[in-house]
Amino acid sequence: MSILGTRVVRAEDPRLLTVGGTYVDDLREPALVGAAHATFVRSPVAHARISSIDVQDAREAPGVVAVFTGRDLDISPSPPAPMVTAAMARPALATDVVRYVGEAVAVVITDERYQGEDAAELVMVDYDPLPAVVSGEDAVRGETLLFPEAGTNVAWTGGAEQLDEHLFDDCEVVVTQVIDNQRLAPAPLEVRSAACAWSDDQGQVTLWLSTQGAQAARDELQRQLGLEEGQLRVVAPDVGGGFGAKIAADPETAALCAASRRLGRPLRWVESRSENMIAMTHGRAQHQTVTIGGRRDGTVLAYRIEVLQDSGAYPRESSWLLPILTMNMASGVYAIPKVETAARSIVTNTTPLSAYRGAGRPEATAAIERAMDLFASEIGMDPAEVRRRNFVAPDAFPFQTPSGITYDSGEYAKALDTVLEAAGYPDLQEEQRRRRERGDPLQLGFGLSAYVEITAPDNAVGETGRVEVGADGSVTVYTGSSAHGQGHATAFAMLASDELGIPMDRIKVLHGDTAKIPKGAGTYGSRSLQLGGSAVHEASVEVVKRARHLAAELLEADEGDIVLDRDAGRWHVKGAPATAVSWGELAQQAEGDGGLAADSDFSEERPTFPFGVHLAVVEVDVETGAVRLVRFVSVDDAGRVVNPVLTEGQRHGGIAQGAAQALLEHMVYDADGNPQTGNLADYAFITAAELPSFELLPMETATPLNPLGVKGIGEAGTIGSTPAVQNAVVNAITHLGVRHVDMPATAQRVWAAINEAKER
Amino acid sequence: MQVTIRVNGNNTTHEIEDRLLLVHYLRDVLGLTGTNIGCDTTSCGACTVHLNGESVKSCTMLAAQADGAEVTTIEGLAGSDEMHPMQRAFRENHGLQCGFCTPGMVMAAVGLLREQANPTEEQVRSGLEGNLCRCTGYHNIVQAVLAAAKEGGAR
Repeated sequence: MSILGTRVVRAEDPRLLTVGGTYVDDLREPALVGAAHATFVRSPVAHARISSIDVQDAREAPGVVAVFTGRDLDISPSPPAPMVTAAMARPALATDVVRYVGEAVAVVITDERYQGEDAAELVMVDYDPLPAVVSGEDAVRGETLLFPEAGTNVAWTGGAEQLDEHLFDDCEVVVTQVIDNQRLAPAPLEVRSAACAWSDDQGQVTLWLSTQGAQAARDELQRQLGLEEGQLRVVAPDVGGGFGAKIAADPETAALCAASRRLGRPLRWVESRSENMIAMTHGRAQHQTVTIGGRRDGTVLAYRIEVLQDSGAYPRESSWLLPILTMNMASGVYAIPKVETAARSIVTNTTPLSAYRGAGRPEATAAIERAMDLFASEIGMDPAEVRRRNFVAPDAFPFQTPSGITYDSGEYAKALDTVLEAAGYPDLQEEQRRRRERGDPLQLGFGLSAYVEITAPDNAVGETGRVEVGADGSVTVYTGSSAHGQGHATAFAMLASDELGIPMDRIKVLHGDTAKIPKGAGTYGSRSLQLGGSAVHEASVEVVKRARHLAAELLEADEGDIVLDRDAGRWHVKGAPATAVSWGELAQQAEGDGGLAADSDFSEERPTFPFGVHLAVVEVDVETGAVRLVRFVSVDDAGRVVNPVLTEGQRHGGIAQGAAQALLEHMVYDADGNPQTGNLADYAFITAAELPSFELLPMETATPLNPLGVKGIGEAGTIGSTPAVQNAVVNAITHLGVRHVDMPATAQRVWAAINEAKER
Repeated sequence: MQVTIRVNGNNTTHEIEDRLLLVHYLRDVLGLTGTNIGCDTTSCGACTVHLNGESVKSCTMLAAQADGAEVTTIEGLAGSDEMHPMQRAFRENHGLQCGFCTPGMVMAAVGLLREQANPTEEQVRSGLEGNLCRCTGYHNIVQAVLAAAKEGGAR
């Protein structure tokens, strides 16, 4: 029986549970003996000219080895994303102007960790304040420019150049809503960290980095540091979460490598959480205007979304990738005849934006799913019914959307029905009616979200895999994908084991070391299993093919008569199992000929499109505005499931992060660009006490686009849950006249919305 | 100053800086890196260890305050066994993903069961409020603690 699809507990866990993982700060590598510590000096103001930096007092402080400013280190600036003016490039350390609170201006190197914090306080930077651009309106108005040489604060525009004034001409009902998809902090539990050691002749450098992709970090840093290909080795040890914010190498990492080279001494860097909250990239931060129109019978005829993407102080991928993903996924699971999208990305004096779990897709789903509820409410129809009437039909796949994207497969109505039945939808409606009738202070609300998302959007980039059988019959799997909690060591070992018939405990999965795996893309965009997993699968199939050839030679039989007994993990001639050869013997046989191994570089013809339906149930205390999420029911169809344990874990985590955005989390700035939620005491990171257990329902619709039939699952939970919870909150108080509540739906906001509605 | 702290059953004595935090004593002086640091505001609980049998956040006390005390970290939780029942329950219930919050979460969960041997789901959730996890949505952590309660997880 195949191991695929069965519940296998993780191979990674015993070590993580008994002695803890080896994260960057835990490394005790010989090369790092005697390492000094790096501490960055960060701007306390949002926008200012640097008139001077005095490092004298800091240099004389106890334990200080050196203090470097941007002028001391030779690092090429990070260019912005393609399509964005080069005038918006980012220096590794600010030299002339600081553009957000938290931007690094100098780095202090000390013998001991604590000395760095002391000495960093002594670096005297003279800031000549400039007006801070914080709101989208201020950025667009452009009275103050972050990059005067660019001549604008608009980094990028995309989509429709001119809005179609006739888009809604055929509609009986048109609803418009301005939506704030608020800024969030990714906040992985492990902050950013790195350690760096050069060889004695400085010809080679090793960087241990908490990253989602060692190879991409290597390429970027080699360029910034002016190194030849092959000079830099990047190693990702255990990584304590990333959520999109550890995809690339950040400027601090380049500064660390440059400083280490100058000093001829290994260096370590671990930021504090308070630094992490303002200096690691943020997510979301989209200001949207959505308009939806259709007939009173529930048919949606036209939809428009206009996106203002805040890119923060330095535009990265965020400026174009996030709004492009939002525009591509604009119409969601619905067959809407006319869809119009337009986007602008702006720079502001805030922390730069980048990917955060979902990266542009949660924003698309939040918009269309709020719009569907607003439309349903306007025509007085049940939100489930409106959704059902507009779904892309199961026989319409592959389905091309008005945005030009082709969905591979889907069963949207089936997902909806499954969720409604499991949730007891009529009972929920009845309970809501009863509470409304008796004027219960605790009102019940339920919210739906039907989503489709795009996984492995960079399908053509592909992923590498290598499977090697050792002379002892053990297996080493190399993957360019890069786990940081997802469970690759388990899932990828299952894939190899299934093909080879070698038990999982004899299979080791390696990732995140550019010396061993020179080519790889990494883990992001929910791509790992469908691309990296498929590569491991293909390499395993190829190894079996080569082994069959070798076995035929050894057993002196035709290849066609050779049988792999997957239960025993041995090869024999058909009908003669007594005389068998082992994997180890075959590997020994192949030793002179490059070993028993195979490589694969797997790419997909198109991305895949997982989908699902989420239903959230909340209780809202109408006297205080407090919201409690009491139930959560979901279908998340990500194609074939390799290991339900891992898939469920991804769904749980994703749902919680979506609920966190809907109810609690918000990275807040004041009008002068000062972060108000810059640590974990002030930022409302969701806890166990604010969440229920989740009711997950199974559903699998295979994709034809890869041999495993799998789609991505890493981000689906977040994409689906965010609007489900938001819709539930509005649904609970809609009878009081409330039409919309922006996220996060905090008690204060909900209370204010109820009272404003009363006054109207 | 000099401190003597019994850590995982072994007496340790070291000359330390007065301001050294207990978590840095464990990690940097003793090399017990299983205990992690996730914040600087006593919010996340990644650094949770047992001090004389009770959960404490080791980033929020000085090593000097632990002088003469008995400290247990994740490395010492199982004693001579391969795994403590709580560690086993976390594995069987997939109560961890990236693993960074895990040592603190496991120690906090054991501390919780020592105070409340058979908690309800709600009591587990409120009892773990001081320990943050970004990966699991807490669902399987709660399942693990409830399962461990039946299997001697308070030990």
